[in-house]
Amino acid sequence: MTMSTGKKVVFYVLLILSATILFAPTIMAIVMSFMTNQDILTGSFPKTLTLDNYVNAFERFPLFQYLFNSFVVSIMIMLGQLILCSLAAYAFVFLEFKGRDLLFYVFIATMMVPFEASIIPNFHIIRDLGWIDSYQGLTVPFFAMAFGTFLLRQNFKMIPKELREASQIAGMGDFRFYLTVVLPVAKTSLVTLGVYGFLTSWNMYLWPLLATTNDSVRTVQIGLKQLQTQEQLNEWGVIMAGAVIVIIPTLILLFLGQKRLQRGLAEGALK
Amino acid sequence: MSMNSVAIRSHESMELIFEQAKKRQRMKSWIKGMLFLLPSIVLFGVFLFYPLLRTIYLSFFLTDASGETTVFVGWQNYMNIFTSPIFLQSMKSTFLFVLYTVPITVFISLFLAIIANEKLKGTGFFRTIFSSSMGISVAAASVFWLYLFNPTMGVLNRILEFFGMDAIGWLTNPDWALLAVSVTTIWMNIGFTFLILLGGLQSIDSYLYESADIDGAGYFYKLRRITIPMLSPTLFFVVTVTIINAFQTFGQIDILTQGGPQNETNLIVYSIYREAFVNYQFGSASAQAVVLFILILLMTALQFKFGERKVHYQ
Repeated sequence: MTMSTGKKVVFYVLLILSATILFAPTIMAIVMSFMTNQDILTGSFPKTLTLDNYVNAFERFPLFQYLFNSFVVSIMIMLGQLILCSLAAYAFVFLEFKGRDLLFYVFIATMMVPFEASIIPNFHIIRDLGWIDSYQGLTVPFFAMAFGTFLLRQNFKMIPKELREASQIAGMGDFRFYLTVVLPVAKTSLVTLGVYGFLTSWNMYLWPLLATTNDSVRTVQIGLKQLQTQEQLNEWGVIMAGAVIVIIPTLILLFLGQKRLQRGLAEGALK
Repeated sequence: MSMNSVAIRSHESMELIFEQAKKRQRMKSWIKGMLFLLPSIVLFGVFLFYPLLRTIYLSFFLTDASGETTVFVGWQNYMNIFTSPIFLQSMKSTFLFVLYTVPITVFISLFLAIIANEKLKGTGFFRTIFSSSMGISVAAASVFWLYLFNPTMGVLNRILEFFGMDAIGWLTNPDWALLAVSVTTIWMNIGFTFLILLGGLQSIDSYLYESADIDGAGYFYKLRRITIPMLSPTLFFVVTVTIINAFQTFGQIDILTQGGPQNETNLIVYSIYREAFVNYQFGSASAQAVVLFILILLMTALQFKFGERKVHYQ
C-alpha cells in the first residue's frame, strides 16, 4: 500500500511533534545534568557543559554501591523468575497429573492479589527471617510470577508433543528434556521475560524502601530519593545527574529489546 | 473348570498388579509435577497467600508497634476507616486519580500506537521514543517532574510567566496537586500502554485493510470500522491494567507530595504505608489493605468475565 506524499507529511509531523513533547522531560534532565548551577538558576540555555554534577553525585553519595546493589538485585530476581517460571510452565505443558488444572487456577488467582495489599505481613516475615538489609529479602519474594509462567507456557505449547514422545522413547527424563530441548527452543521468550524482569526489578520502589535501612544493600532508586531529599537546596544539576545514571541501564535495555518486549508482552497478555 | 478359575484368578491378579502399577505411575507423575511446581507454590504460599490471610486477620485486631496482635476489635477498624475523614478523602482522591489518569493514558497511547503503526521509514525510531518512559523508573520520572513543577525555577511556571500569568503552586496547591501527580503518572505509563497497543495493532490481519481499500474506504472509516473493533480486546486489557496500576500508585506520591497538601494526594497505597510504617497502626492499615484488595479483585474479576472470550489463558 503506498501513501500519498501529503498523508506522509501529516504523519511525520504528528510523529515528530509527539516524540518531541514526550521526550522533552528526559532531554531536559539529561541537558541539566551537564549544566552549571548558575545556568540552571537563571534558566538560561547552557553556556558551558560540565561533568561536575556527576563528579559531585558520586562523591557525595555511595552511588557505585547503590548501582552495584541494583544490579545484583535485578539480576537475582531476573534469574529467579526465569528458573521458577520455566519450571512451572514446563509442568503445565508437558506433565500430566492430578490437580494440575487446580494449580493452574491457583496461579491465575495470584494475579488478583496486589503485592501492596499484603505488604504489611510481608514486611514482618522478612523482618522475622532476619532478611531486612539483605539481598534475599529484596529478591526472593518476587521469584514466583504468574505472568511469566503464562508467557513461557504459551511458548512451550508450540513445541511439538512428538518431540517429547521421541525423547521418552530414547529414555530421556523430564528434567533433561527441559534443560536440553525446551529451554534452548524457548530462548527468545526467556530473553523477553528476562528483559521484562530486569526492567521491573530495577525500577522497584516501595519494597526496597521498606526492606532496606542502610546503604549496604540499598538500591539506586532509593538512593535517588535520598539524593533528592538531601539536595533540595537548588542543586538540581546533581539531582538530575543522579536520575540520568539511574535510567541509563534500563533505557539501553529497552532500546535493545523494545521489539521483542512488545511482542512478548502482547503474547503473555492476550493469547 | 478349575483350570478356568485359575485363569480368571490370574487374570484378576494381573489386573490388580496393573492397577497398582498404574497407581504408582500416577503417583510418580504427580510427584514429578509437584517437583516442577513446588518452588513457585512455596513462594506464592509464603509471600502471597499467607500474607493475604494474615492481612485479613490483622484487620480485626489492634497491634503493638512490632505488629503483634493485642486486642480483638471485630469490625471496629473497618468502622473507623469508613468514618475517618482522612481515609474517605483518600478513597475519593484514589477514584479521582483513576478518572484523571486512565482515559487520558489510554487515549494518548492509542493515538501514538496508531501513528507509529504506519508503514513509514523511521517508525522504529519513534516507537523507541514512545516506549521510552517504560525504561524510566518512578523515582527518576518523579524527579524530572518535581523540577518541571518547581514553583520558581520550574519550566511550567516559567511558561506561565512568559504569558504574563500568575505562578501556580502545582504541588502545594490543593486544587492542583492531584492533577500534577496525574500528569506525571500519565507520562510514566504511556510507554507500557503504547507497547501493548502497538502489539495489538500489529496482530490485526492486514487482509481486512486490503479488502477495505478495494472498496475505497477512507482512513477514518477504516480506523472506526476495522482498527478500533479489532483492537477492542487489547484496549479492554489495557484499560483494566491501567486502572489496577493506578490503584497501586505509590512512588510518585512519595517523591512529589508525600500525600499532601491537605491529604489531597494521599492515595490508598500511600495511606496504607503511612498508617502502617509511620503510625504503626497495623490493624487499621490492614483494614485499608483489605479494601484495596477487594477493589483490585473486582477489577480483575471484571477483566476475566468480560475479557473471557478474547482474553483466554487456557
